[in-house]
Amino acid sequence: MRFEHKPGKNTGESEERTAREPAQSAEDPTLDPVLSDFRASVHAWSDAVYNRPRPIAVASRRAVWRKAAAWSLGSMLVIGAAGGSVFDYRHQQEAARIAAAREARQQRALAEEHEREAEKELAKVDTDVAREVPNAMEPLAQLMTEDNSQ
Amino acid sequence: MATAEELSAEEFARVVATHRQQIFRFLLASTRDMDLAETLTQDCFLKAHRHWSSFRGESSAITWLMRIAINLQKDHWRNRRVQFWRHTRTNAVDSEEASEWLPSGESSPEQQLLAREQVKRVWRAVDGLSERQRTVFLLRYVEELDIAEIGRATGLSEGTVKAHLSRALGRVRGELGGRK
Repeated sequence: MRFEHKPGKNTGESEERTAREPAQSAEDPTLDPVLSDFRASVHAWSDAVYNRPRPIAVASRRAVWRKAAAWSLGSMLVIGAAGGSVFDYRHQQEAARIAAAREARQQRALAEEHEREAEKELAKVDTDVAREVPNAMEPLAQLMTEDNSQ
Repeated sequence: MATAEELSAEEFARVVATHRQQIFRFLLASTRDMDLAETLTQDCFLKAHRHWSSFRGESSAITWLMRIAINLQKDHWRNRRVQFWRHTRTNAVDSEEASEWLPSGESSPEQQLLAREQVKRVWRAVDGLSERQRTVFLLRYVEELDIAEIGRATGLSEGTVKAHLSRALGRVRGELGGRK
């Protein structure tokens, strides 16, 4: 960054200070004026930079907007990620619940089927047994028939 | 000097008003980066405000503030995230530009030109100094602190400060003598 006004653009703070306080000497007659110029140069530069006009309002507003945009984007990403995870978790839970219910229904149907088959089998056995066992009164009934014919 | 308990917010505000520009100047000269110098100056006074109660007035306020500023600067460069920027120094101005600043005086344009050339050489020498030597050099010859104050601000003994200053001056002499 460069400035329009270079040499001589200072507030006088450095000159006041230089006049007020003795310069730190390097105890070297050739070096002392150079160090003094260096000090004056740094003071002038710093004064100019320190007192430069700054577009604080614009910069801060921009910074606020940038920060707000970054925050909202970041929040959206976090919420999206968290929401996705929650949705995925719930979805898995729901699928597991449905699968468990289906399994239970199938088990119940199978059990009912088994029960029905067992009942049917039992009924068949009863019928067969009933057919095979002779009627207890049958011989007497035969005798009675024979007597009648005689 | 008043103790920390006795120093009120008003007094802190006065300390800020008195020393802010000096702290900024030191950080600007150390980093040659205007934005970084401003940020570190803000951080320095923020930290000073937080630890105002720990300031017992044993040293001067400027020495205490300088110590905070030096530590902040060290922390900044030590931070791994900015290691890359340390080498590229994108925001920092070069010695050429920094040396263009001279207060208007009674001197002739020729003298101004000569002074500018010499200031540029001093900046070049400062560039070649170690961080510690640069800090000590700037505190002595720009901020005009005495050896004891520099020792307190940097946490170095007076002997070490003198040794660093001597090396730094040797480098400046070499830069000025070697290229005249």
